[in-house]
Amino acid sequence: MLWACILLPQLALDAVLRRHPTPELPLSLISGPVQRRVLLDVNTAAHALGLVPGMGLLAAHAIAPRLLAIDHVPREDENLRSLLAAWAYRYSSMVSLEGEDAILIEVEASLGLFGPWPQFERKLRDDLQMLGITHRIALAPTPMAACVFAAAHDGYALTASTNMRQALAQIPLSLARIDPPVVTALAAMGLKKLRQVMALPRDGLARRFGPGLLAHLDRLSGDRPDPRLCYRPPDVFEQRIELNYEISHHPALLFPLRRLVNDLAAYLAGRDGGVQRFVIALEHEDHADTDAVVGLLAAERDPARLFDLARTRLERTTIPAPIRALRLIARELPPFIPAGRDLFDDRPAQAMPWPALRERLRARLGEDAVYQLAAHPDPRPEFALRRLPQLLKEPAPVSLPPRPTWLLPRPMPLRDNALKILAGPERIESGWWDGGDIRRDYYVVQTSLGQRAWAFRPAGVNEGAWMLHGWFA
Amino acid sequence: MGQLVAIDTLLRDARLWRGQPVLVPEINSRATGHAALDASLPGGGWPAAALVEILFASDGLGELSLLLPTLAALSSQAKPIVLVAPPYLPYAPAWQNAGLRLAQLQVIEANASDALWAMEQALRSGCCGAVLAWPTKADDKSLRRLQVAAETGQTSGFAFRPIAAQSNSSPAPLRLVLKSSGDAPQLRMIKCRGALPPATAIAFAAHAQH
Repeated sequence: MLWACILLPQLALDAVLRRHPTPELPLSLISGPVQRRVLLDVNTAAHALGLVPGMGLLAAHAIAPRLLAIDHVPREDENLRSLLAAWAYRYSSMVSLEGEDAILIEVEASLGLFGPWPQFERKLRDDLQMLGITHRIALAPTPMAACVFAAAHDGYALTASTNMRQALAQIPLSLARIDPPVVTALAAMGLKKLRQVMALPRDGLARRFGPGLLAHLDRLSGDRPDPRLCYRPPDVFEQRIELNYEISHHPALLFPLRRLVNDLAAYLAGRDGGVQRFVIALEHEDHADTDAVVGLLAAERDPARLFDLARTRLERTTIPAPIRALRLIARELPPFIPAGRDLFDDRPAQAMPWPALRERLRARLGEDAVYQLAAHPDPRPEFALRRLPQLLKEPAPVSLPPRPTWLLPRPMPLRDNALKILAGPERIESGWWDGGDIRRDYYVVQTSLGQRAWAFRPAGVNEGAWMLHGWFA
Repeated sequence: MGQLVAIDTLLRDARLWRGQPVLVPEINSRATGHAALDASLPGGGWPAAALVEILFASDGLGELSLLLPTLAALSSQAKPIVLVAPPYLPYAPAWQNAGLRLAQLQVIEANASDALWAMEQALRSGCCGAVLAWPTKADDKSLRRLQVAAETGQTSGFAFRPIAAQSNSSPAPLRLVLKSSGDAPQLRMIKCRGALPPATAIAFAAHAQH
């Protein structure tokens, strides 16, 4: 087996930066009790000003008065890491979370599909860059060694287990994922590199530091199996972005919305699924959440298209109160069937398939704005039509006496003194069972303006007022 | 040297006058299903990537029968036929009897300004067989947008408008007027790109089914 380790050295900071509109301004992540806030991590701009992690917030503000300080929320790191695991799941069925800052992927089985390792690695890096994640990647035959190599040399790849000991020998102890107190104790003994520790007699090491250190060393070199709990993607996608300030107009929502939709698309691609319906919930301070529901008729997973739909839907939503946070929840995740396109299709290049066009129209005009019609076997013209969101099968044609192409929603009086009867009468008498009883004689008539109309009189009445019910257009 | 144009492409272009009135069938056209109308159209049918304006005096003159043969043919090629904000309910059994496949008939409900947007989207998308609309608020500018969208998406658009708009100029390459004279409806062509509109009315059997 070959394990790729993706080390996330600044996961907490990335979680903040990727949803921040101005990541180029000095920004820091703070933690600690209210009395003594310290910088947990700083971005490049803040680092350039001389701020370093561990510094007190007061001191930091003295150096950089315009420093943006954001509270660290550990739950968000965890969310981001499980999102990344969901993303990694598209490359391998064996994905495992290691410690607090690493994701392990078993890649040997995937190499056949995604190409040789350099190509595979580039793919991983491109994806991570798009997701806005700082990362280090290394490849090794054991999971623990991959993590250690990722910390030591970014981009290192070791495929043969015969060279393992040699490669590990050069690693400083501080990067070998050994418990920090043990590292301190070993350093006090003058041991700085793994080579020195591995050369020591095993019984002495076990006596001094317990079985934990030996087990860790054996797992590193592959002498002891290292079974791992595999990641299982959840069946529901839920992501939340808390905003730093309250937003009360639509354009400012687009940036966080794009992040959410891109995350959703990454998650969907990982499980080779699509989304049929998702909710964008806007959280307010003193108001119930506003939900914007995006419903699609067919599963979709293209990020640009999903974003387009979500944006149109949001633009139609009124914002009752300033927004504090944004949440995207997707529960209906059916399998995704990509639309096939004919090789010799001569449609223009920018063409959009009908399902995509339909979703765009529905997003702006409303859920029920696009519909299809089917004939319903009811003799009453008013009930002979059915509105359906989608007509999957062509209904069998019914043979009927002449019927108009346009039907008026409800009959209205037809006033014309020079009506000419062209065909009829056709008696329609039905509906006694549901109260919508009708008894009518329908005629095809021609008006004095030359129009051809479908009109009726009460059954059995041969004179008097006409009621217009349709046009032969 | 500018662009190289093959001579037969040039010859097929109806705008090229070759000294004698020879009718060259345009490739990009679709038979209307009405012989007399086909004969008077320069391409021998509806222009395939353009906006056609149909100005009609009142409902029920056969304005839809003008299109039904074309729509039936398009729907059997599995291309969606889109009706944007129709004035009445399309009575499905009648449309089906005219040969149209109901599975391809899509109706869009929209108010006046959204209808123009929806029609433009449908034309531009290039996936529809034909787009029919009854714009009530169309002006010169919006019609031009529709014409450009029809060209971009290579789709036929049909705009049904009241006859009062006849005297306004319009960017649509083909404009037809349908009004009644006595018993039978009368079809006239008032504008046609690539040919002179015939001076006389075009014979047109509006209600073939009776």
